[in-house]
Amino acid sequence: MLVTLCVNGEDSTTDVLPRTTLVDFLRHSLGMTGTHVGCEHGVCGACTVIVDGDAVRSCLMLAVQANGAEIMTIEGLADASANLSPLQEAFHRHHALQCGFCTPGVLMTAHALLRQEPNASKERIREVISGNLCRCTGYMPIVDAIFEARSSYQPASPATRARGR
Amino acid sequence: MKTRPQIVGTPLERIEDHRLLTGKARFVDDIHIEGMLHAAIVRSPVAHGLLKGVDTQVARRMPGVHGVFSAEDIARDFGGVVPRIAIRAIRIPELEPIEQWAIATKKVRYVGEPIAVVVADSPAEAEDAADQVTFEIESLEPVTGWRQSAAGTSPLFDLPVTNRAITYTAIKGNARDCQGAYTRKERFRVQRHSGFPMETRGLLAVWESNAQRMTVYGAAKVPFFARRTLAAAMRLPLDAVDMIEVDVGGSFGMRGEFYPEDFLVPFASKRLNRPVKWIEDRRESLLGSNHSREMESELEIVCEANGRVLALRGSVAVDAGAYVRAAGVIPGRFVALMLSGPYDIPNIHVESVLYLTNKAPVGTYRGPGLFEADFFRERLFDCAARDLGIDPVQFRRVNLVEESQMPYRLATLDFPEETDELDSGNYRATLDQCMREFGWQEKIGLQGRLIDGKYNGLAVGCFIDGGAGGLKEHARIELENDGQVTVYVGSASVGQGLVTILTQIAADALQLPVERIRILHGSTTYLKEGVGSGYSRSTVMGGSVVLLAVEELKRRMRDAAAKKLGCSPDEIKFERDLVMTAGEKKLGWEQLGSLGLAAEVEFVNHHHTFAYGAAAAHVAVDPRTGKVDLIDYFTLEDLGRVINPLTARGQAVGAAVQGLGGVFLENLYYDADGQLLSGTLADYMMPTATDFPSVRAEAIGLCPSPHNPLGAKGGGEGGVIPVGGVIVNAIAAALVTMKIDPKELPLTPEALWSLIQSADGRSSV
Ligand code: FES
Ligand code: FES
Repeated sequence: MLVTLCVNGEDSTTDVLPRTTLVDFLRHSLGMTGTHVGCEHGVCGACTVIVDGDAVRSCLMLAVQANGAEIMTIEGLADASANLSPLQEAFHRHHALQCGFCTPGVLMTAHALLRQEPNASKERIREVISGNLCRCTGYMPIVDAIFEARSSYQPASPATRARGR
Repeated sequence: MKTRPQIVGTPLERIEDHRLLTGKARFVDDIHIEGMLHAAIVRSPVAHGLLKGVDTQVARRMPGVHGVFSAEDIARDFGGVVPRIAIRAIRIPELEPIEQWAIATKKVRYVGEPIAVVVADSPAEAEDAADQVTFEIESLEPVTGWRQSAAGTSPLFDLPVTNRAITYTAIKGNARDCQGAYTRKERFRVQRHSGFPMETRGLLAVWESNAQRMTVYGAAKVPFFARRTLAAAMRLPLDAVDMIEVDVGGSFGMRGEFYPEDFLVPFASKRLNRPVKWIEDRRESLLGSNHSREMESELEIVCEANGRVLALRGSVAVDAGAYVRAAGVIPGRFVALMLSGPYDIPNIHVESVLYLTNKAPVGTYRGPGLFEADFFRERLFDCAARDLGIDPVQFRRVNLVEESQMPYRLATLDFPEETDELDSGNYRATLDQCMREFGWQEKIGLQGRLIDGKYNGLAVGCFIDGGAGGLKEHARIELENDGQVTVYVGSASVGQGLVTILTQIAADALQLPVERIRILHGSTTYLKEGVGSGYSRSTVMGGSVVLLAVEELKRRMRDAAAKKLGCSPDEIKFERDLVMTAGEKKLGWEQLGSLGLAAEVEFVNHHHTFAYGAAAAHVAVDPRTGKVDLIDYFTLEDLGRVINPLTARGQAVGAAVQGLGGVFLENLYYDADGQLLSGTLADYMMPTATDFPSVRAEAIGLCPSPHNPLGAKGGGEGGVIPVGGVIVNAIAAALVTMKIDPKELPLTPEALWSLIQSADGRSSV
């Protein structure tokens, strides 16, 4: 089946088997291996990507279901010259990653959250991020990093303007 | 002399982060090689049975399939025998008969044991075909617990004839005859759980028939051991096998040990002469990656009336699973060897018995044996302190090993004989500091009080954390033409920030900015020999060998510079940025030209390090639901020397939260048929961000280790070790009026609620 979608601003049309999940499609058909697979049953959140503005578990979605959708993956978070976004910077500063395997999924969840709720409280951040498992950090630094990055998602902030898509 | 500000000890932000944050990391499943095939493993659905035959005919004809291999096919290539997975840690002849076969031969012994390997063009086709492999298994009585194992009604092996794999005994003084004013005997139990990194295991094996070489991507933790094991099993020369370490999504002891698939996938690649990839799925991970922690103890404490502990004696039954794998004996050894922890206990007699059961084989999980030992000991201490009417903090103070007693000898263990010495430390100072920073004085008034319907409880406990395992580490250092210094080191990265730590150490020793240092690690292509990570060793051993390498490079640079300047090497002094001076004369590294200065060194160490510390907890228990809120948790550890406070704290907090998962949530639960009932992450519950939001940790460098040039002690495991003891003691303290003394983990709300119910019943009678 042909699937047409826009990933990180680039359109593509690909022939996929109907049973291919979105995460396998991204990783193995498009070669975008930044999105990870930790369980394939919707619990760990490692495969989180943003589909039409919402954080979605790409292991629970078929590639064909995403036909026509606009998708953002971890590869689209830093700018074209690989400068870290303020959210990524905050993760770096707060030591919010160790092995980094969960990190792309966590960042996608956090990015979608702060785009929708730039004033999210720590409790709200913790609640939303509780859908992503991290085995290394104990979550404290992740929550702190996301909380700190809120300022860059305020409507007036240049970061959001630059990353407005 | 102009020196650079010291970088060791500063919270340098990690060098590793950029790639990991931008999706540019390369984990093993991210590697794609043209012509690559995919493997799926057919696994036993039966816990214990005779394997009567495997039929691969239908599977072989499925679309996309390139090969299907059963034990028979594999044995044919190896003179009729299926290779076995060698024990890595403490292999003795008695254990060889219970090493795991790379694939089940005549019998299956746990659900998940490999029966066949299917290789196809895509993972989906391999899985489809795996479903078509049929086999006949004649069921035998499954052994699902140590008591049943001990009863011996259903032996797992012909030899040994009993299910008792081995009995280790730790002895010190004469505990058996020891008498004191007070004794108490208790049973405690820790449930089966394990590390389960977020990245499941996986590998990509590439056989090159022209060169007769095997390259395996995805090695972790101990790549050099994996190379030796694979070469031996495949009957290849050692230098025909290479292990490549790519990014690793956590190990926690589990990942990187040699497993059946670490043979099966390379075997398939060689047979088919194609690259073959296998990535474990989460169900396979929960079914078959090393389990850990399952132990039941019966221990007796003997004390004087003032709380001085005279003896610990008793036994620990370890549910070891179906085989003894690479590091399978470690938890059972360490629980006995280090049961006394940081305390001066003159008499010890503890037997640790490894029982074989029809469950996944066990291995190490962060703080192996030590998490369990701490739970047993610290619980027993609080029971004793309460009986004797002694403040539990005081009870610990009078029993901690004194600084003047260092080095302090632990018990001696057998098979083979082994003992250890606590190397250095001021245990009381650390306990005091922990209580201060936790705010013990301010909080202790809440002890046992009912506030807003919840009982408050506090506890503190002390721990040790063995490190610097594995005799040696290796490194090679090169001064590049552009003035960069590259250090190749045998240590492996499992996501702990190894590159940052070793860069800091090298930068100070070389007096270079961090940008001019490149650390390459893990892969067997870099060095002739190496060891890796695990046993809290990578900072201590890797860091020490980096120091040695720098010294050796400087020696060679000095020799070369002396020739140029026409002076003796002793006159040469190093300034920052590898500038050398001799009196008025000055020489930069670039003037040494392209001499290709390099050195290969090894660091040898016969002593373990013992980091140590104390942890305190404040909980609130809702007696109506059995739910426990963790109000505050603080853990303080003396690492001898802190290389990077940011990563040290990160390790401690992460480890503590893993420990909390072990206390409250995680359980590999088998039914009476030997079926794993927690085979998904919805059933095997790991901590999430909302579960334990208030964990604090600090690492200090108070008492350096005398055994290595850094003075460092291993870091990554201490955070997890005290959690069970401290948390459950705090819960017991909260519920003291109900006389509730939980003795088993996990302490789920249901389990605690049941205890509260039965206590209510007792008090109302
Ligand atoms: S891989 Fe999708 S939620 Fe775990
Ligand atoms: S950083 Fe390792 S799983 Fe989150």
